[in-house]
Amino acid sequence: MGKKQLMKGNEAIAEAAVQAGCKTYFGYPITPASEVIEYLSWRLSEAGGEFVQAESEVAAINMVQGSAACGVRTMTGTSSPGMSLKQEGISYIAANELPCVLINVQRGGPGLGGLGPAQGDYFQAVKGGGHGDYRTIVLAPSTVQEAADLVMEAFDLADLYCNPVMVLTDGILGQMMEVVQFKSGTQRELPVKDWAVKGSAEHADGQRRIVTSYYLDSEKFEKFVKHLGEKYAQIQKAEQRWEEYLTDDAEYLIVGFGTCGRIAKSTVQMARKEGIKLGVIRPISLWPFPVEAFAKDVKGYLTVELSLGQMIEDVKLAVGDTTPVEFYGRQGGMVPTPEELLEQVKEKFDLK
Amino acid sequence: MNKVFDKTKGLTDVKTHYCPGCTHGIIHRIIGEILEEKNLLGQTIGVTPVGCAGFAERYFNCDMVGAAHGRASAVATGVKRSLSDKVVFTYQGDGDLASIGTAEAIHSAARGELITVIFVNNAIYGMTGGQMAPTTLPEQKTSTSPHGRSIEKAGFPLDMPKILSQIEGAAYIASGSVDSPKSIIQAKKYIEKAFDTQLAGKGFSFVSLLSTCPTNWGLSPRDAINWLQENMIPYYTLGELKTWK
Ligand SMILES: Cc1ncc(C[n+]2csc(CCOP(=O)(O)OP(=O)(O)O)c2C)c(N)n1
Ligand code: SF4
Repeated sequence: MGKKQLMKGNEAIAEAAVQAGCKTYFGYPITPASEVIEYLSWRLSEAGGEFVQAESEVAAINMVQGSAACGVRTMTGTSSPGMSLKQEGISYIAANELPCVLINVQRGGPGLGGLGPAQGDYFQAVKGGGHGDYRTIVLAPSTVQEAADLVMEAFDLADLYCNPVMVLTDGILGQMMEVVQFKSGTQRELPVKDWAVKGSAEHADGQRRIVTSYYLDSEKFEKFVKHLGEKYAQIQKAEQRWEEYLTDDAEYLIVGFGTCGRIAKSTVQMARKEGIKLGVIRPISLWPFPVEAFAKDVKGYLTVELSLGQMIEDVKLAVGDTTPVEFYGRQGGMVPTPEELLEQVKEKFDLK
Repeated sequence: MNKVFDKTKGLTDVKTHYCPGCTHGIIHRIIGEILEEKNLLGQTIGVTPVGCAGFAERYFNCDMVGAAHGRASAVATGVKRSLSDKVVFTYQGDGDLASIGTAEAIHSAARGELITVIFVNNAIYGMTGGQMAPTTLPEQKTSTSPHGRSIEKAGFPLDMPKILSQIEGAAYIASGSVDSPKSIIQAKKYIEKAFDTQLAGKGFSFVSLLSTCPTNWGLSPRDAINWLQENMIPYYTLGELKTWK
């Protein structure tokens, strides 16, 4: 464990990457993610890595592909419009089974949108975004400490599954200052990157390595896509993460990720004072979605999101039609207060 | 008997998928020969484009990475920044580099990225069946310019080596052809110098080569060579446009 320090969310993400052994960073400036690229512009070279301010997010994600193909830990970060530009590259990276970490400090969309916090990129992050049959592991922190921890975890998961891993935050978390302590290194045993290009003279077997995703043979390609499917199924089984807050005796549950999950905890404290048995499920892995968390005997769920309602589809799939799943959302960079959420709980479930 | 010619070890034994008479194969051979002659095969990473050369990772006998359409220079940047002691090259068509990937090519040059870019200009989109490229000549007929490229509507061809030679970070820019034994020998010298540029750490290196697409030009291999000589050679800037040696 390192010493405790006060840091902005975005800087903590950047430092966590360095401490996780990230060797290359490729990015393009955008509010509210710019501290990530600014921090790494000096910090990475200090730590013996390489930093490039790319000409666009398109270029940045393709630089990530090149770097990941060499087997080094690599990352790119951006905010929503930039993430849209990276989608083709993410699809290629997933198809090439390359490990890398992606940061999306979400802002409001669609379009150029607003600079305030939002969670409208849930569909893009969780359901694909790019073309084809692929999945990105998506982790959503709710504190600066958790953001740092999940970035380190993201590098491990990427290496473990040879897959892109996204850390999905928002403008609040990116700009917020909190105390953070960096964990010392990974304890996991990770597979050797024997597939990486290095120059064929470097490979013990003397065989050259090819990293590509082009198939003209449909049978072979189907076999490969099925292999991806098996990998994704394994991830769904092993990597569901969520936090529960006062769920043991809860009759109603708020479901919210990131900032919303955090606000919901204050709502629960207020509700409990009024005798309402409220709890929180805060999904941490958005893909795989923590379906296992929803095997609960409660009277209703309220999904809270900074969007028109995207995660609610996964909540409904997880809950089934046995229990009502309600929705409350704010958009455009607006954030609900704990009081506002309590009002919604009472209104939606007739608790007045 | 004395063996006077052998296939280069720089290329694998995989049968290529190029059309008969296509000059992509000649360009492959000279790159392979150079990598072999300079003893670089074991320490080179090549990056392939999307286009007719999209399968070239099977043909070059070194470590290879396949890039998305137009992004080879960006992917190569990622490779070079990760393995700075290795030799990195891209092989890109004119649609790939001069249209969808123009930004990546220009900015790799601007950064003085220590990579070698081989640019194959056949004035058409080969892979997708002969559509107009940014390098298609005025009045040239393609499947998306069936009445000939209209300057009013589609503008003028881009002369990539000329553009790139204006960029400070570019250390070596040459423009040649592979239409005759003489031009092939010249092209090989250019490519060799481009790799030397990278090895000497001088900056971005780029070789453009005029190439044929008999299939989509609708010509026999021989007529395609003639067409290149009569139409492309007069139009495009040729020679060493920028050098440091
Ligand atoms: C994003 C994207 N857009 C379009 C295509 C389709 N496409 C494949 S190759 C190509 C053009 C290839 O032409 P060129 O780069 O000149 O190479 P050539 O085939 O002539 O060697 C196009 C448009 C693609 N694969 N990806
Ligand atoms: S389509 Fe044209 S460029 Fe492609 S392999 Fe055939 S002749 Fe060569």
